[in-house]
Parts: sequence; structure tokens; C-alpha cells
Amino acid sequence: MSSNELQGYKKTLNSPYTGIKGWIDSRLPLIRMMEAEYLKFPVPKSLNYFWSFGGIAMFCLIGLILTGIFLGFHYKPSADDAFDSVERIMRDVSFGWLIRYLHANLVSFFFIATFIHIFRALYFGSYKAPRELVYIFGLTMFMLMMATAFLGYTLPWGQMSYWGATVITNLFSAIPVVGDAILTLLLGDFTVGDSAVNRFYVLHWLLAFAIVGLVVFHVITLHMTGSNNPTGTEPQSWDETVSFHPYVTIKDLNATIFFFIILAFILFYYPNILGHSDNYIKANPMVTPAHIVPEWYFLPFYAILRAIPDKLGGVIAMFSSILALGLLPWLDTSKVRSCLFRPIWRYCVLLFAVNFLVLMYVGGKPAEGLYVLISRIGTAYWFLFIFVLAPLVGFLETPRQPLTITNYLQSKKA
Amino acid sequence: MSDSKKPRRDFIKLSAMTLGGVGAASLLIPFISSMNPGKDTLALASTEIDLSPLEEGQSLTVIWRGKPVFIKHRTKSEIDSARNISLEDLPDAEEDSARVQKDNWLVVLGVCTHLGCVPLGQKASDTKGDYGGWFCPCHGSHYDTSGRIRKGPAPTNLPVPPYVFLTDNRIKIG
Repeated sequence: MSSNELQGYKKTLNSPYTGIKGWIDSRLPLIRMMEAEYLKFPVPKSLNYFWSFGGIAMFCLIGLILTGIFLGFHYKPSADDAFDSVERIMRDVSFGWLIRYLHANLVSFFFIATFIHIFRALYFGSYKAPRELVYIFGLTMFMLMMATAFLGYTLPWGQMSYWGATVITNLFSAIPVVGDAILTLLLGDFTVGDSAVNRFYVLHWLLAFAIVGLVVFHVITLHMTGSNNPTGTEPQSWDETVSFHPYVTIKDLNATIFFFIILAFILFYYPNILGHSDNYIKANPMVTPAHIVPEWYFLPFYAILRAIPDKLGGVIAMFSSILALGLLPWLDTSKVRSCLFRPIWRYCVLLFAVNFLVLMYVGGKPAEGLYVLISRIGTAYWFLFIFVLAPLVGFLETPRQPLTITNYLQSKKA
Repeated sequence: MSDSKKPRRDFIKLSAMTLGGVGAASLLIPFISSMNPGKDTLALASTEIDLSPLEEGQSLTVIWRGKPVFIKHRTKSEIDSARNISLEDLPDAEEDSARVQKDNWLVVLGVCTHLGCVPLGQKASDTKGDYGGWFCPCHGSHYDTSGRIRKGPAPTNLPVPPYVFLTDNRIKIG
């Protein structure tokens, strides 16, 4: 490189700002990065409120980490102390009840936001090229979220915590030959006990911050391609975009406030409605509750687990149900992204969403009779949707010509 | 660099990477091993039980390695019902005689082999399932008077823990 080229290259690193802002920015280029990615960043101007749920989920995550830190100041991760320390938080710690109820209900709302966010991705084709990695990072976060939520639910050391932990960790014993040895290794004991609650607590923290790390990757990959939008077509000019700030920031804030008002209603009037009363009974390794149910957000996957009459098969089906979703960008053969212009696939996606809710319902019911049959049909549709319908419908259907963002907005006005 | 030197460089690179890889992998051993049960946990791994208070037909639940162990003083009819069946009817075929050391004493882990719940059937008032042994309320597995799975999602029989009779009325589990 000649000295001239080197000077030119160095010049591009200079900060566009002056004064203190410039002094910091030329040493740590965070200010210009934030301006490019969050203030001036162009976003399609046709976004609807479905696009607010990513931001809402992020606020939930921030809330969970903040409340989690304050709970951590009082919680004791041991089989003897865990339950009592949570009760102490509820009764004796100043505002402890509020912080714990917030933490417990924020998780539920985090899942609500995430489910809607994933539905948005499926319906408007946000998973398709070139956003495959955005989607894959998202699904990875979703799996980490489930692991973190499961670990967190074991920490209060109530009956549901204990037996939920026993049932879920026993899934590992389904692994042929080495299953039991792996289970003992994971638990540090022959059963869920003192050693398990200690490491569950550590992993609950670790995974929470792993999710934060993945959010960064999710956002970097998103900002390389830019947001998808209801039309599934890319903006053709600056005219078809708005800047992230103030347009998206205000809209997302609006949606977040509305969402958190619903959270506040649940939090202050029905703080235990999404939990299970048995979890206020201290864990007893000698007595299993009559009906073990996981948290509501696990129910669809629990239904898939129980739909397969074989232990190992059930475990494989449950894990692959999410992993298989990761293949969708390559299995979906259609050139059109958005369901607005896909007459058949649109109903497949809507049915997938309904099916998800049906699985959630049967997952909370005893595994017998009609419920088993429904869960099997639901499980079958889940995999049919991914492996058969996605490739097939792309070939068979004749999509409509997608509208440009400008024409879409005009057609909505008309 | 002349071509004649290249294979030598490749060899050095490859051996350095291999050695580094083996070293890094070996470094994992103490960390993974540390996750296993510690010596204090293993020290609790055996339990001694006095059987003399148990009348015929009664059961006792003891804790071994943090798990419930079912000890059943079987009646004549319970022994017979465990023996007078065809092995072909069993999902996990095992002779009753292979599961006990003394015919009237059955010792099994009280942990359902499906997903780890504690089956009912230890108390006189408990439901004992269709085969007079134990019934798991979580996902409906039925066990017989030998602790063998007869009906339901559990894949295998209730395992028999290692135990020895120290005297006629005393056993040591583990």
C-alpha cells in the first residue's frame, strides 16, 4: 500500500463529529455506529404492528435481566434453602413480591411476544433469503430461551419445580446406552437435588446472557439485509423507507407500552394465573404430584413429546420440531415471500398457528383418549407443514404479483 | 520458500495442531469429570435397613442415593401372581426369580422408568394399578408385584438396586 492509500484509508476512520463527541467517537466509534444503525437506519415504511414484537421481546429480556439481578441478591441456590429464600423474597424483602411476580410474568410475556414474532416471520416470509441467518439466530435464541425458562422454573424448588426438573432431565436418560451416565453427570448426583439446583442457577444466568449475545448477532444480520415488510418486496428507493428514529422508535414504544399495560393487569390482579399452585408446596422427592404439567409456553412441545408412544422417539420428535423449522428457508421453494400474495401457503401458515394453539391445549390435558389422538394429528401436521407443504406448495401454487411498497400503501388507502 | 521446504512446514503445522488439539481435549477431562457426583455424594451411596418390623403384605419406602426404594414383604399370593404368568406377556421379559434374592422380599427402585415419577402403591390406601403392584399417576404405567412393567409408556421394569442380606432381617442397599 502506498503512503497515499494509507492516508486515505485512515481518513475514513476519522469521526464526522467534533468536540467531546468527536474525541470519543474517533477513539470508540460507537456514536457513529449508533447513528447509522439506529437513527438514520432506513426501514420500509409499510411495516405494521407485527414488526413491533421484536422490540417488545427485547424490552422483556431487559426487564428479566434487571429483575433477575435483584432476585439474585436474595435467592439461595440449595435444596435446603431455595424454597424458603423465595418465600422470604415474597414476604420479607421490601417489594420482593413485586420483583418476583414481575420476573415470573415477564417470562410469559416474553414468550407471547416471541411466538407472535415467529408467526410474523413465517407469515410474511422473513425467513427467506437473504435473511436466513437472522431467522436461524432467532430460532437459536428461542431454544436458549426455553432452556433458560426451564432452568428458572426449577429454582423456587416447589413441587412443580422439582418434578418438572425430574421429568425433563430424565429425557436425557432416553439416550441409548450412555443416557443414565449423562444424566448423573448433568445432575452431579443420582437425582435432582442440591447439586442440580446449584448448577441450574448458574446455567440460568449464563444462558440469559448468552441470549443477549445472540441478540447482537440477530440485529447485526438483520441490519445487513434490512427489515422485511408486509409486501415481502425490498424498498426500491429512499422514498419507500423511513428512518428508524423517530418513526420506528415511537411506534415500537407505543406498542411496548400497550403490551406492558396488559402485563401490568396480569401482574397486579392475577399474578399466579400463569403459574401452578403446586409450586407453593416445597419440593418432596418422595411424593409425585398427581398431574405434572410444564409451564404453558412449553405445552405445544410437551404435546409433541407425548404424542409419540416411544420414549426416545418422543424426545427426538420434540427437539426436531424446532430444529426442523430452521430448514424452512431452504425447504420453502416459493419465490414470493409474503403470504399476502400466496393463496395456498397463507392458509398452511394460518393452520400452523392454529395447530400450535391446539397442541398447547392438549399438552395441558392428561395423555389419554381423544387428547392423544389430537396431539398425534397436530404433530403430524407440524412436520407435514415443514417437510411436505413447504416444498410442494411453492411449486403448485400460482402466487400473485407482489405489490411494491408504494403500491401496497396506496391500495391500503383506497 | 522453496518447494522442497513446504512438506516440512506442513508437517510442523500439522503436528503442532494435533498436539494442541489433544492437549485442549485432555484439558476438558478434569472439568467434565468435576460435574460428576462428589465423594460426599458417593459416600451416601449405601443404606442399611432393618426389615423386622415389616409384616407380610406391608411395604416400606427408604431413601437410597436420594431416590425412593420400595421394599415389599410379599404375600404368597403376590409371589404366585408374579410367577404364574407367561414371559411372553411382558414388555420387558424378566423372571421374577431373577429379580429377588429371597422370594418374599422384593427390593426395587421406586422411580418410574418412563420419566422418573414415584409410582403409587406403597400405602395400603394407594391404587396399585391393574396388576396389583404399582401405578404411576404421571403417564399411567402399571407395574406388577415383581415391579415389572405391564402396561403404559414406561419402557423397562423398575430396576433392582444392588443389595445384600447382612442377616435374615437386615439388608444393605448399594
